Formats: sequence, C-alpha cells, structure tokens
Amino acid sequence: MTGRPRPSSEAGAIRWELTGWPILGWLLRQRALNWVLMGGALLGLLLAVVAGIVGTAAGSANFGIVFVWIVWWGLLMGVLLPLGGRLWCLVCPIPAPGEWLQRKALVAPPLHGIEPAPDAAQAPVETGRRTGLDSGRRWPKALRSIWLQNAGFLGTALFSTIILTRPSVTGWVLFAFLAGAAGLALVFERRAFCRYVCPVGGFIGLYSLVSPLELRVRDAGVCQEHRTKDCYLGNADGYGCPWMERPWSMERNAYCGLCGECLRTCPKDNVSLNLRLPGHDLLVVEGWRLDEAYKAFIMLACAGIYPLVFLGPWGWPRDWSNLASVPGFVLYALAFLGCNLLLVPGLQLAIAALTRQAAGWRELPLRRVFVALAYPLVPLGLAAWIAFTVSFVFANLSYALPVLSDPFGWGWDLFGTRQLFWQPWLTGLVPALHTAALVGGLVLAIWTAAGILRRFGDGAAMLRGLAVQSVALLGQAVFFLWLYLGAT
Amino acid sequence: MRALIVAGVLLLALLILLAPWPALPTAGREREIVVRARQYAFAPGVVRVNRGDRVTLILEAEDVTHGLRLDGYDVDLVAIPGQRARTSFVVDRPGKFQMRCSKVCGTLHPFMLGELVVEPHGAFWRAAAVALLAAVGTVLFVVLGQRTPAGEQAE
Repeated sequence: MTGRPRPSSEAGAIRWELTGWPILGWLLRQRALNWVLMGGALLGLLLAVVAGIVGTAAGSANFGIVFVWIVWWGLLMGVLLPLGGRLWCLVCPIPAPGEWLQRKALVAPPLHGIEPAPDAAQAPVETGRRTGLDSGRRWPKALRSIWLQNAGFLGTALFSTIILTRPSVTGWVLFAFLAGAAGLALVFERRAFCRYVCPVGGFIGLYSLVSPLELRVRDAGVCQEHRTKDCYLGNADGYGCPWMERPWSMERNAYCGLCGECLRTCPKDNVSLNLRLPGHDLLVVEGWRLDEAYKAFIMLACAGIYPLVFLGPWGWPRDWSNLASVPGFVLYALAFLGCNLLLVPGLQLAIAALTRQAAGWRELPLRRVFVALAYPLVPLGLAAWIAFTVSFVFANLSYALPVLSDPFGWGWDLFGTRQLFWQPWLTGLVPALHTAALVGGLVLAIWTAAGILRRFGDGAAMLRGLAVQSVALLGQAVFFLWLYLGAT
Repeated sequence: MRALIVAGVLLLALLILLAPWPALPTAGREREIVVRARQYAFAPGVVRVNRGDRVTLILEAEDVTHGLRLDGYDVDLVAIPGQRARTSFVVDRPGKFQMRCSKVCGTLHPFMLGELVVEPHGAFWRAAAVALLAAVGTVLFVVLGQRTPAGEQAE
C-alpha cells in the first residue's frame, strides 16, 4: 500500500507519568521554580560575560570559556539533551531579562484572568496578553520556521574556532544573545527569540525529538470540551504558553520549552510530564518539515567536520578555521558551507531517491521522501555530537577547578583550587563511550527509518526501502567510528 | 523470537569487543622519534609503533613552550624553544592514544593534539563489526515485527 503518509498513532505508546509523583508534581507547579533556576543561571551567565570581556585572554584560565564551552556544553550534550530534551530551556537565562521586562514581573502570575474567547476552541486568540512592556506584536508569518535558527547556527559554527577559544569573543557573543532576546521580547509577544531565532534552541528542539521526556495533555478529549484554553491564553495562575505552543494539539517536543506554565494554568489538571520510549516524536508525520530536515543535515555535517578540525592530528584545518590567513579561511568557509548546504543534503537526496526506487514508490513525491528520511539522521546526529563532546570534555574538564577559584585569571584563589593542575580525566573510557553512543544512535536511526517507511507502505516494498536506508545509515555510523577510533 | 535476536546480538557484540585481536608476535624494537611542536600541531601528527617497542620520544618546541602529555602512559614532557626534552618507555598497550600539549601555548592550546598508534590497533574494526551486527539485528527485529499479524505489530 502506498500513498499519503498515515498519521501517527498514539495508541499503544508506553508512558510513565512523572507528575504523578507528588513531590515532582508539586515542584513543577511552583511559580518560583523557573525564577530560581533561571536566576541562578543568569548569575553564571553574567559572570561568563564579564570574565570573557575583562578577564584573561587565556581561554583555559577564563570562566567564560571553561564554564560555557566545556562544563555547560558537556552537560547539555552529554546529559540534558539526550535524557531531558529541552530541559535546558527551562533553566536557560538568556530569555530571562527580556521575559521579566515583558511581564513586568519576576515570579508573579498575571494580575487578572482572561475572558475566554467565545470561539477559543476553534481559533484561539492569537496575540499575547499585554500585561508588561511588550508591544504584543506577533512574529512575522514568513519567519515562522527554524530557517533563521539554521542560518544563525551555521554562521556561529563557521566562526566557532574563534568563538570557542577567545574569551572576549565568547563574552560579546553571549551579551549579544542576551540583548537580542531582550530586544525581541520588547517588540514581539512571548518568547519569539527562543522559538524562532536562538541558534542553540534550534538544534536542541530537533534533538529533543529523541528524548524520553515529554510534556503532553493527558486526555485530548478534555481539551476539546474546554473552551477557555487557559494553557495558551494564561490565567491568574500563570502565563499563556511562552513558546506559542498549543498544548492540546502538541504531539512533539520540538517547540515545548518545558517551562511548566501549562501545568500551572490548566484548570482541568490535564497536563503531565511523562517518560516514554526515546525517538517517538520522530514518527509524527505532521511534524516533518524541510527546515527541520536541513537542521538535521547541518548538525550531521558539523558533527563530521568538527572532529577533523578540533581533534585531528593535523594543524592546517585549525589554522585555516582560526583565520591564520585569509585565503586559508576562505577555503575553509567554502568547504564548510559546501559540506553543510550541498554535500550532505545532496547525499541524503540521493539516498532518498534510491530508497524510493528500491521500494517502488514512484508516485510518492521525492521531496516528501527526502524530508521524511532526514529524521533517522536525528538520533545518529545526536550520537555523533555526544561522541564529539566526550572527546574533549573529559580531557579538559579539570580546567574548571582552578577557574572556579580564579574566574578572571587575575590570580585569585577563592576556594583554594587555583593551584590544581590540568589533568585529562577518564580518557581510557572515551573509546568505549564513542562506540556505545554511535552504535546506539545507529540502532535508533534504523528503527526510526523503519517507522517512517511504514508510514508510506508495508510489506516487501517497505523492507526493500529499509535495506537501502540501513546500508546508508550504517555507512555514516562507520564513518563517525573511523573519525574517532580509526588510525588516521 | 525478537528477544532471542536481542540476546544474540548483545552476546556476539560482547564477543567481538572482548576477543583477543589476532596479531603476529613481533620482537620489540628500539625506536627514537623526534616530535616537533608548534602552535597548534605536532609533527609528525601521527606516530606509529608496535606493541613491545621501546620508544624514546624527543620533544622540540619551535615557537613557544609546549608540552606533550600522552594518554594511557605516564609521559609528560615540556620543551622550551631551543631545548629538547626526552623520555623512554615501552609501549605495552595497543590502541590509539592522544598526545596533548600540556603547557598553555595560545588560544587553540586545548586542541593541540597528535596521536600515538600502537599496533595491533583493532578498536575501529571491532566497533565497525559491532555496528554491522547491530544494524543487521535491528533490521531482523523489524522484519519479524512486519511478519506478525496486523495489530500485533509493535512500534
């Protein structure tokens, strides 16, 4: 059977409700939770900005570099993202000042409830409430995608050798993120920056599709009956979804920041935080989009380029990406962008065409198959990023101890740890972690490919398509294994 | 049946990862290797030796002070420009080990890396074999699910 993809089904999905655990349920409903987490992280971020700008130029002795690009990055890619999806977005301090200004409040809920729109169930009120300093303007329709985030990530990634190693550049980039988020919060409703602009949020959203954690309504039927849509519009208990998501129809993690506002505002107690099997959201047909597909390609390409530049035994890629010479950087930029925008998407297009050919699904539009088959690359890409991250985090984490005592590199010794020397930790474990991450990512990628192909058809045709996909995914996984474990 | 596939794949994977790597016994040789360090690379970037070799590693710094710390071995050399640092050790563990600059030498210092490859180095081939096994196992798992009557298909 072929034709239009079948919609995903929630039937049979295994879930464990975490909010059923009273302590966690209570904690997540506390308004102060977000403020405490974001406020604490904001102090750390401000320290990183100041240390980056005024502290020592030696990155390995500067809080801005060590705590952002080693400690935070390691925590994000190694723990938070694979296990908790957008859990970091609950803590992230970048939108905090803008959001507090927008609401004219740190913790307090809106002072008054909202009159329900009579047709809220069919067409919920689109604009945010203007309780704070924002103009309540909606984000332009033409930009409601993650293309901006793709471009932002690509730009940041192109200059990553500069950003990751110069404290002052890191400091100014973080400041620009803070200022940009605050500026957009004053012009546009809710968290427009997080949803449509943040380059980090873009890939966190994509990879959160793999996560075993989800926030969902318990019973969609309850929401259908409930016309005031407090989760989207807000009420006296909390704000309408800052991420502009409609929880009653949300089937994917991609754009849910796990802030918990809907848990607080739902008068029917119909929202829960659940554990489920990883990768479930990748099979939601309605979510397959070209901008997300390109995000998957960009992330996969960067995961292949970074080990060559940062971890390889060759000096010239580092020199070229470090702007040691303009011609070298131009060559690097051409290779980097060509790989991201042409080579990897072109390869995936060829694989999609072969898969369609093998399955005999000639009536299916190639674009549809191309976009859908980008999603098996999401778990594989995440695995490749985990492999990259463990390579440098374990080797460099010990820089954090002296930097804690001397964040600016000015000779302080606040906690008596300044004299602790750099020492690579657990490097003997790293090859095993590479293998585990990449083989695990491959299994989930093939499993996802099978689920996606089943949406297009069954039987022998699907299995022929799966054979092509499996060979292609295996080839890519082996390439990453070679990058880390092969004798170059 | 699907449980059998999972168990079989896990067992075979363990076997692949833990089985001794076939290699012809070689007599250890004396090796003297000069590694030149400059911002931000070692030359040669990859040093290849055989298990059992006695390696004398000599570090020369060409521009600023550099260090060479070798993962997996108790080796940490520091060389200032114009002076050599050396150490000797027997390479008794096969595999790929990172050489890392251990003296802050500039902005890209944490990424100044090289490799010592001690043959027989089979980590990649073992991992690739496990990946192949995992891929075949996953496809078999899916195929068996496909053959069960509609409605019983696990997703």
